[in-house]
Amino acid sequence: MGSTSAHNNEGLGRRDLIKRSAALGLIAVPTMSFLSACASGDSSSDDKVEKGEKTDKNPLAVNGSAPLEIVIFDGGFGTKYAEDAKAVYEKTYPEAKVKFSATQKIQSVLQPRFNGGTPPDLIDNSGAQQMDMGVLVGKKQLTDLTPLLDAPSIDDPAKKVRDTLRPGIVEMGQFDGDPVWIMYYAYTVYGVWYSQTALEKLDATYPETWDDMLALCAKAKKEGIAGWTYPGKHPYYLPFSLYPFIAKIGGVEVLDAIDNLEPKAWEHPAVKAAFEAYYELVAKGYILEGTPGLDHRGSQGAWARGKALFIPNGSWVENEEAAIIPKDFKLSVGAPSGLDSSDKMPFGTIWASGGEPFIVPSKAKNPEGGLEQLRIMLSEASSKSFTTSTKSLSAFNGGTDGIELSDGLKSGVAALEKAGTNVVNPRLQDWYVKLQKEQIGVAALGEMMAGRAKPAETIKKIQAFADATAKDQSIKHFKHQ
Amino acid sequence: MQHGKYRFIVGFLVVPMALYVIFVIWPFIQSIYYSFTDWTGLSPDFKMVGFDNYAKMLDDDVFWKSLQHSVLLAVLLPLVTLGLALFFAFMLNVGGRRRKGAAVTGVRGSGFYKIAYFFPQVLSIAIVAILFQFAFDPAQGMINGTLKAVGFDDVPTWLGDPDLALWVIMAVLVWCTTGFFVVLFSAGMASIPKDFYEAALLDGASRFTTFFRITLPLLWDTVQSGWVYMGILALGAEGFAIVHIMSVGPGGPDYSTTVLPLYVYQAAFRDGQAGYATTIGVALLIVTLAFAAIVMRVGRRERLEF
Repeated sequence: MGSTSAHNNEGLGRRDLIKRSAALGLIAVPTMSFLSACASGDSSSDDKVEKGEKTDKNPLAVNGSAPLEIVIFDGGFGTKYAEDAKAVYEKTYPEAKVKFSATQKIQSVLQPRFNGGTPPDLIDNSGAQQMDMGVLVGKKQLTDLTPLLDAPSIDDPAKKVRDTLRPGIVEMGQFDGDPVWIMYYAYTVYGVWYSQTALEKLDATYPETWDDMLALCAKAKKEGIAGWTYPGKHPYYLPFSLYPFIAKIGGVEVLDAIDNLEPKAWEHPAVKAAFEAYYELVAKGYILEGTPGLDHRGSQGAWARGKALFIPNGSWVENEEAAIIPKDFKLSVGAPSGLDSSDKMPFGTIWASGGEPFIVPSKAKNPEGGLEQLRIMLSEASSKSFTTSTKSLSAFNGGTDGIELSDGLKSGVAALEKAGTNVVNPRLQDWYVKLQKEQIGVAALGEMMAGRAKPAETIKKIQAFADATAKDQSIKHFKHQ
Repeated sequence: MQHGKYRFIVGFLVVPMALYVIFVIWPFIQSIYYSFTDWTGLSPDFKMVGFDNYAKMLDDDVFWKSLQHSVLLAVLLPLVTLGLALFFAFMLNVGGRRRKGAAVTGVRGSGFYKIAYFFPQVLSIAIVAILFQFAFDPAQGMINGTLKAVGFDDVPTWLGDPDLALWVIMAVLVWCTTGFFVVLFSAGMASIPKDFYEAALLDGASRFTTFFRITLPLLWDTVQSGWVYMGILALGAEGFAIVHIMSVGPGGPDYSTTVLPLYVYQAAFRDGQAGYATTIGVALLIVTLAFAAIVMRVGRRERLEF
C-alpha cells in the first residue's frame, strides 16, 4: 500500500476543474425544459381505433377487428373468471386479437404506461399496488362508463346494464358528479365473522346488542377463548364492523359527514359511543392476547383455530383461509351488534360494497372493446363463473341460482337479504387511502385497541388527521352526492 | 508529451462518464427537478409549485419522525454491527489459545464459525424479514414460545409495541449484516503481517492491547469503508425492506418505525404524490451525503504503510 499525490502541475488543475464544472452547470440549466418532456409522453397523439358499426348485438359500436388489451390483478380471486370472459369476447369477435396479462404489481407495470400515454384498454386496478383512484380521476385518466351502464344487458336486451347491478355499485364508481369512472366487479360483505359451531358450543346465538356481546365474551373467557381478535398489523380491518356500528347508532348521515371530512364529524356522540363500546373489549381483556402484533393471516389463523370467537373482516376471508378453516366451522357473518334500543338503524345494518375496481383508461386505444368486455363480464353466465371460482358475489345482482354456495357465501347472501336497504357504504378507504389505513387505522384505532390510548384522545387524534386531510390542497377531495 | 493529451484522456473517459451521467447524475437532477412540481406519478401533466413541497415537508410530523429514526439507524447500526464484527473477526483470527507452531491463531473451530456467520448474507433480505416476522409473532412465534417455556407469562408483543418495535427491527438488521463484515475484516486481518503480533506477544502484550494497538489501526481503512457502507444500508435499501415487510402498518405502530425511504415509497406509490416523494428523497440524499462526509472527516487518520 502506498499513497499517491499529484506530482506535477501539468494535469487538470483545481481552478480548471471548477471552471469546467461551472460550464457544465450552465449546460444543465437549459436542459431542464427537456426534463419535463421525460415525464410527459406525447399526450396529443390520439390514435384510437375506428369505431365499429352500432347494432342491436353491438350496442357499444365495437370494432370487431381491433386488438384489445386487458391487464388483470392476480390476487385472491385468481384470473380464471377473467380468462373465461375473455374467451367469450374472442368468440364474439373472432377477428380481434386479445392480449391478456395478469400481474400482482399493477402500479409498477402500468404507471409508466399511463405516463407515456399508452395504457391498456381494461384494467383491474386492485391489490396492494393499486393506483390511487382519486388521482387517476382527478387527472382525467379514465373513461366515463355511462355508455356501458346505459347499454342493454347481454341476458335481457330490454334491461339496461345499470339495472342489473347490486345496490351501491354505480354510486361507488362516481367521484365528482354524474360520470361513473369505476366498475367494481366483486361484491364484498363486511362484518363480524364467526363460527356458528363455536357459538353453539357455548350455547349462544349471535348477539344482537352490545350487552349480549359482552356477556358472551365473558362466557367465552371462562372457557379460555378470547372474544375478539383482529389483524393488529393492519388495524384498518376494525372499521369493517366499527363503521356500520357507528351508522347503526347514529344513522348513515354520521358516516357521510365523516366521508365528506366535515369539521367535527368524528365528535358526533354516535362515534364516541361506538369507540367506547370497542374499548370495553380491550379494558375487559376480551381481545386475544398478542393481537396487536399479529398480521391478517396470523389473526385469521388464530380465529379459525378457535382461539377467538369474532373477527372484523370481509367476505374474502373464506377463500383466503380455505385451507385452515375446519369443515364443521359453519362460517357466518354477523351485522354489527347494536348498542341499545335508541339506535337509529335496525339490527342487520351492514357494510357491503364493490371490490376489484375495473377501469378503462381515457387514453386507451380501444375503449369500446374495454367497455364491451365489462358488459360480457356483467352477464349472468360470467357472474356465475366468477362466483363458482372465487366463492364471492359479483356486482351482478343475482347469479347465485343453480350453483352450490359455500357456508360463508350463503351467510353473506342471507345477511344482505336481512339488511335490505340498510346497506351502508363508507368511502374513506377508496377516497383517502392514507387517512383510512395509516392514520385512522394504524395510528389511532391500532393504539386504542392495543390499550395504549383512550377513546376520547383517539377521537381527537382522528379528527385532527381528518382536518389535516381536508386542508391539504395536494389531495383531491370528494363528497357524497 | 503535452500534445493531444486531453484528447487522449477524454477518449478514455467519455464512455464511462456518459454512462455515469445518464444513469446516475441525470436521475439525481431529474428528481431534484420533480421535487419542485406537483407531479402525481400517474399522469403526464404537472406544474411547478416552487418550494411548496419543501414547506409542506418541514411542517410534516411524520417526516420528522422518519428522519429521526433514519438518523438513529445510521448512527447506531454501524456502531453495533461493526463492533460485533470486529470482535468476532478478532476472535476468529487472533483470539485463540496459543498452539504449537503458530504465534497467533483463531479460536477452535473458527473455520466453521466463519461460514456460519456468513450464512445470513446468503439469504435474501425479504426472506430474513419474513422469517423474523414469524419468530417475533406474539402468539405462535419462536421467541415468545421460548420465553413462555422458561416461565415468563407476561410476554411482549414485540412488533406490536411502539417502544420495542424499532429495536426489533435493528436487531434483525444487525443479525443479517454482521456476517458480511466478519468476513471482510477477517480478510483484512489476514493481510496484517504475523510478525507484528509475535513481537507484541513477546513484549507481553495482552489480547486487549494487541487489538487496540495493532489490529484496529492497521484495519482502519477497511473499518471506515465498512462504516460508510453500513450507514448507507441503514439509510437505504435494507432499512426500507425490513421495515416495509416486518413492521405494523408498515411504519407503525403509531409511526414508531417509519423511516425516510419508506415514507418516500408511500408518498410516491400509495398516495400518488410523486412530487412530494422526490422532495423527501432529496432530504434523504442530503442526510446520506452528510453521513458520508462526517464519517470520512471523523475517521481521517494518517495512513500507515506496511
